[in-house]
Amino acid sequence: MKNNNKSRREFLLTCSKALPAAAGLVFMPYATGQLLLKAQESEGYDPTQHNYAMGVDIHKCIGCGRCADACKKENLVPEEPYYFRTWVERYRINLEGEAIVDSPNGGIDGFPEPAGSEEEILRSFFVPKLCNHCANPPCVQVCPVGATFTSRDGVVLVDETYCVGCRYCVQACPYGARYIHPEKQVADKCTFCYHRIVKGLLPACVEVCPTQARVFGEVGLRSSPLRRFLRFNDVTVMKGSLNTKPKVYYAGADGEVR
Amino acid sequence: MKKMKLPQQIVSLAILFAVLLAGLITARMFLIPKSFGKYGHYRADAVDEIKTQEINYAGAIICEECHEDIAEQKEKSNHRNVACEACHGPTAAHVEAPDEFIPTAPRGRGYCPLCHGYDPSRPTGFPQIIAELHNPGKACMTCHEPHNPLLPHTPEECSACHREISSTKRISPHESLECTSCHTVPEQHLTSPRFALAQKPQSREFCGDCHAKSAKSPKEIPRIDLHAHYERYLCWDCHYPHHPEAR
Repeated sequence: MKNNNKSRREFLLTCSKALPAAAGLVFMPYATGQLLLKAQESEGYDPTQHNYAMGVDIHKCIGCGRCADACKKENLVPEEPYYFRTWVERYRINLEGEAIVDSPNGGIDGFPEPAGSEEEILRSFFVPKLCNHCANPPCVQVCPVGATFTSRDGVVLVDETYCVGCRYCVQACPYGARYIHPEKQVADKCTFCYHRIVKGLLPACVEVCPTQARVFGEVGLRSSPLRRFLRFNDVTVMKGSLNTKPKVYYAGADGEVR
Repeated sequence: MKKMKLPQQIVSLAILFAVLLAGLITARMFLIPKSFGKYGHYRADAVDEIKTQEINYAGAIICEECHEDIAEQKEKSNHRNVACEACHGPTAAHVEAPDEFIPTAPRGRGYCPLCHGYDPSRPTGFPQIIAELHNPGKACMTCHEPHNPLLPHTPEECSACHREISSTKRISPHESLECTSCHTVPEQHLTSPRFALAQKPQSREFCGDCHAKSAKSPKEIPRIDLHAHYERYLCWDCHYPHHPEAR
């Protein structure tokens, strides 16, 4: 009889312990979003299994500049119009076939019609620009201290505690994708939002692009949206002749785009 | 056998090199971070430091967990592929503390034209307006629900757009007249007003239908002699039709 009582007490105790766990299981779907955000340590992430790249469809870009705006807000890039990790350029091709390129404040405030321009324009389009995350990056080659490097998942990153701010990489980048951070005095550039992608989120610019002109994915993964993008489009890379092997692929880029 | 003795200068040189080498090795131990060279010519810990950067954009999937109704509405609309944060800005703080941080929502006329303002560089077919001509002064939200931007229904009354004319007419002797008594309004004018304009009367005779001496209209309506009354002018040169007694 005594034994029975004890086992019942034990049973109830076990129940009281199991109840919160069961509740947790039920409510887990609602908490996943928060967990995803709070997961500072991305457990179980294997960088050797990834090789990130981006696709940009010029035909789809409407030049709203939301990508450049989101990038600044996500990565706390200084607001002055000289510092960009990503920006949108407007290409206007005149009758002689020359490209007139401008990017007022990176396109964040829209593209006002240039005042007093008498030039006849044949056609015009927008080109979003960012770090090309080259597989053969000139910026990494020139860094004298090993502060900029290609991570194992194919993203070119800057170690800001190790950078001495010598500006070699800013000079070496053929795409103008780097700048010196005015407060930290170190090189800064697009990271593909590395802190986001390792947690399964999209880069901020891809997240907010209203027309899906930007596609983020992996080169090696067949199910990646980037593979679909590469399959269905004629893609080019910027300044391919420099043999930097960029990993930002452009669809619909004319010869004038550089 | 005589023991071979190293010359003094060689020994001192060897000691000097040994000290320098030891110094170099110790300096390297202190100066080069531990994780440097683990995966390549860089500090491996830097990758983990970059990973800890704070997230500001939460992602649309998280928004849908609480704002199901809006997500459902947006799902069926032309804005289905526009992420919440494209308009509302970074909302990670809102996910952390929903009551303390409220995301912004653009309400004026300034924001929508960033995408929908006419720009010759935009791809053909993308819906665009000329903000100066498209209902000037009205906030976009008065007609378009941003989560389902197509017009919910075509305007039922002329006053929906022509408010000023309608309120002027209301206090005039022409109050009882329908707009369509004088204007012919094509069906298409309701959906795309600028491509199918409403027609106005063109001649004096139109006003004469009611106001000429020979007209068969009720007797209390003021009459004029259509031929004697300022024959060389059109009626609306002097009389504003929506408020004819005002000059």
